[in-house]
Amino acid sequence: MAEPEQLVVEAERQAAAATTLDELSAVRTAMTGKRSPLVAARKALGDMDPDARKQAGQALNAAKASIDEILSAREAELAASARAQQLAAERLDLTEVTEQSASGHLHVITQTWQELEDVFVGMGYRVAEGPEIESEWYNFGALNFPLGHPARDMYDTLYVDYGEPGTTLLRTHTSPVQARVMENQEPPIYVVAPGRCFRQDTADATHMPVFHQIEGLVVDRDTTLGDLAGTIEAFTAAYFGPGFTSRLRPSYFPFTEPSAEFDIQRPDGTWLELGGCGMVHPNVFEACGIDPEQWQGFAFGFGIDRLALIRFGIDDLRELWTNDIRFLEQF
Amino acid sequence: MKVLLSWLREFAPDIDGEPEDLAEILSDLGLAVEELSHVGRGLDGIVIAEVLATRPHPDADRIHLVDVDVGDGEALQVCCGAFNMAVGDLVPLATVGTTMPNGIEIARRKMRGEWSNGMLCSGAEIGMGDDHEGILILEQGLSLGVPLAEALGIHPDVLFDLEVNPNRPDAMSVMGVARDLAARLGVPFSVAAPNVDEAGTPAAERASVSIAAPDFCQRFGVRVLDNVPSGASPRWMANRLLAVGQRPINAVVDLSNYVMFELGQPNHTYDLDLVPGGELGVRMAHRGEELITLDGMARVLTTYDGVIVNRDDEAIGLAGVMGGASTEISADTRSVLLEAAWWDPMTIARTARRLGLRSEASARFERGADPEIIPMALDRFAELAAALGSTTAPGMIDAAGNRPESNPVRVRTQRVNSILGTDLSSSEMTGLLEPIGFACETGGDSQDFEVSIPSWRLDSATEIDVIEEVGRLHGFSKIARTVPVTEQAGALTPQQQDRRRVRELLTGMGISEAMPLPFLAPGDLARAGLGDDGITVTNPLVAEESIMRTSLRPGLLKAVAYNAARRTTGVSLFEIGRVNPGGGGDLPDEGEHLAVILAGQEATAATTLWRRLARHLTVTRTGVVNGPVDGLHPGRSGQVLADGQPVGALGEIDPQVLDAYEIDERVAWLEVDLGALLAADRALAPYKAPSRYPSSDVDLAFTVSDEVSADEVSATIAEAGGELLASVSLFDVFRSDQLGEGQRSLAFTLRFEAPDRTLNDAEVAKARQSCIDAVTNTHNASLRG
Repeated sequence: MAEPEQLVVEAERQAAAATTLDELSAVRTAMTGKRSPLVAARKALGDMDPDARKQAGQALNAAKASIDEILSAREAELAASARAQQLAAERLDLTEVTEQSASGHLHVITQTWQELEDVFVGMGYRVAEGPEIESEWYNFGALNFPLGHPARDMYDTLYVDYGEPGTTLLRTHTSPVQARVMENQEPPIYVVAPGRCFRQDTADATHMPVFHQIEGLVVDRDTTLGDLAGTIEAFTAAYFGPGFTSRLRPSYFPFTEPSAEFDIQRPDGTWLELGGCGMVHPNVFEACGIDPEQWQGFAFGFGIDRLALIRFGIDDLRELWTNDIRFLEQF
Repeated sequence: MKVLLSWLREFAPDIDGEPEDLAEILSDLGLAVEELSHVGRGLDGIVIAEVLATRPHPDADRIHLVDVDVGDGEALQVCCGAFNMAVGDLVPLATVGTTMPNGIEIARRKMRGEWSNGMLCSGAEIGMGDDHEGILILEQGLSLGVPLAEALGIHPDVLFDLEVNPNRPDAMSVMGVARDLAARLGVPFSVAAPNVDEAGTPAAERASVSIAAPDFCQRFGVRVLDNVPSGASPRWMANRLLAVGQRPINAVVDLSNYVMFELGQPNHTYDLDLVPGGELGVRMAHRGEELITLDGMARVLTTYDGVIVNRDDEAIGLAGVMGGASTEISADTRSVLLEAAWWDPMTIARTARRLGLRSEASARFERGADPEIIPMALDRFAELAAALGSTTAPGMIDAAGNRPESNPVRVRTQRVNSILGTDLSSSEMTGLLEPIGFACETGGDSQDFEVSIPSWRLDSATEIDVIEEVGRLHGFSKIARTVPVTEQAGALTPQQQDRRRVRELLTGMGISEAMPLPFLAPGDLARAGLGDDGITVTNPLVAEESIMRTSLRPGLLKAVAYNAARRTTGVSLFEIGRVNPGGGGDLPDEGEHLAVILAGQEATAATTLWRRLARHLTVTRTGVVNGPVDGLHPGRSGQVLADGQPVGALGEIDPQVLDAYEIDERVAWLEVDLGALLAADRALAPYKAPSRYPSSDVDLAFTVSDEVSADEVSATIAEAGGELLASVSLFDVFRSDQLGEGQRSLAFTLRFEAPDRTLNDAEVAKARQSCIDAVTNTHNASLRG
């Protein structure tokens, strides 16, 4: 029968020789299993006298503990090395990607449109919409442009072949949405109306027969021109950022009075003419069934396309409409 | 509208300040200054020169060599890019060392091998008129070598180019601009009465006016002038006209223009000898009546045009728009009838627009001229003409049409402040209004007042018009800015939010948003396999913009073709946009569509996309029904259902359509009526707690005819599986010779589970058999292996 110390040495040798977890498992069975010398030695203890048995038992227990420790250590070693091998085998070059451009891009007009909506929603406005093919009445008549009024000529209107000639047109501005909202909603009204507009224009770097505007309308008990100026200023700060200010200059639109152009001053002191605005004309209120002695309001409107051009540094309006993927994927 | 500072000062001498500051003030008054320029500045070094000879440049076509004499008798060679001068012409020469008004310094230099000793100047280059093309040819008689400014009597001045809004008829004159500016600056403004010496036979005995169209012509004033000058106008007048962009013609024409610019009243001269009896009449034209206008064109008139007629009722002028050729003044003219009249703005606008004859005169009449200025305009003309030797017959003919009464406007102080957001007293308001001629009358204890609108403000008639003037003169910039507070919570509508969710989903799937033009050319829809053209635009500028679309397909196909032509294939794009399918209501139907185009992908890619979209929007009872769709591959197309109703189509673009667009790859397509889709029932199914018990999976493969869709088989399984069937999903499809023509294998995984127990084998077997029986019976299918 082998001495316990020899068993430990033997276990140590065999464990070191094992190169896989499976081999190590066999070593464990051989060294500590039912048929192992260790178990045999333990069985043989019963035949010894008590003193010798105690001494031999202690030696066997110590040997068993040592062997277990050796095997566990070797097992941890082999497991770590197996993991390391597997991980090494699984190594990837993370730039080996064949799938192109995983994400699509919103059009710059949509991005600008949504940002504008968000600014006004944050200021308590709802978003209204109206048809792109519009009646002469909503585009002009309800907005205090009498038939034959020269101011209609300021808008190079495109008409469509529908109904009586001259009655149906492609809206020249988003202002008809004002009239539609006022007809359908009791004041107070706080809305913006972004939308697509049309005019008879030859496409070039700064003109297109199709463009986008956003319109604002507020109708309340005591809305003032000061409210209009303050709203434009608040919008300017919210959209363009700190350091941008605004001014109103007297102007003329049939559907507002007083009317104004509004300009934005950049931090470098230069001005950007942005849009038109004014107090809702009493005739417009009356055309929409609102008593101008009870309610007052303001309206404003400006182009979305030019803002998009400025924001993204695009120098030609036509680029917006080419749908060249090399354009679309830049934004 | 261009105005000179020196001219403004003739009405308000105390107008002072830096030109830039004055420009700011004008803009703040609503007279936006588009350009501020300095006249007569930078003319040092520019002298009078005579053209001695012109010769071709030996080595250049676009420039030639001009020899000029600057008074020393020597020929000085200059290279010049304009060819409009002749030998003997006097021209302005910028001598070597001159700094031009635009900052460019003139040096002696070689141009293609030839020396140029200075530069000949165009009118625009030296602030005299707008002509950039030719060299300014000066009048004869100027001394050679003399500085241009000295020779022409040009003094430094400031020119404001103003943008005048349609509601400011008064600002179409130097006088009107001066009135506004003086009011804001708080300096005196006055109009000197012209001094007219009258002599000879009274005008009333030599001329007469009858008005047969009294609404069209509210007033018609005439003076008779004799010995009118036939030569050029005085230099100071010509200089002013040049500065404001009006080319001097001759004394009579220049006088007419000068008075118009100064007072805003267009006027016209007739050769008295060519007007029998000096008799003038006003009537509307007859339909088809013809008139030869001053420009020699024969004009065919309508009953909406006003005309001036002679004694024989023959039209001799197109009222307010252009004179007639038959009475035009000439070098022989000795006596003239001078007309200053008031014409109906709308009529003038219509005539000028129809005939394409918009002019400085029609622009003023269109806005509404001042009927009260007519006598002064006639007198001012006579006064200026007298200085050139003409005499004025005594008296003025002043014929009246229908002059509407103008009633004072009651203005409520409280209302003014309420609209403007100001806190002005009534006296502050009247203090702003009086200087621009709005006479105010305050009465008793009332804070309100009555305003008499001046005759030069035809645009003003109501309280709100006066409120605008108060605001304008007070200054919009001085009004305190406030932000109105609303109790309303700002929000997008559910539909607007969904539109954004759709966009996010699609971009998240790698699809970019396109924005094709919403217009189509005739035949574009047919080319895309979509049938007839939609609603047409009646006045498009180009045929490509003459049809409104009924589908987003032509636009997106064009976008794919555009990119393919630039060597980018496999493009995925979407669009959300309006379409007009027709309709019979007050307005055409207008829907909002969503379309997705997937170049380089097969039809099933569109199905996958549609399912993701439907699930994202929690649309219920969705489906795809195979079947032909116009313009799509007949064997790879189908309708899509939401809430059980058709809302669009998907599939692959018909190869014939792809050929027409020169697209060489397969293109998957989806187009849905987004409005209908979002309006469909989108309620979530009632909540079910996930089962805590294990589920069992069963795989079933069937041989099914191609006529039966996988969706139909799946639906049959779902129904047969009952409550225990948690899910069914297609995981494999294959065709083979063994299966036979027109057949294929569809393999599904069925997952069974119960909320309250672990299903035993018998239960699963029973459910499985039900599913097998249902599919084999319903679809004439057989279970495989």
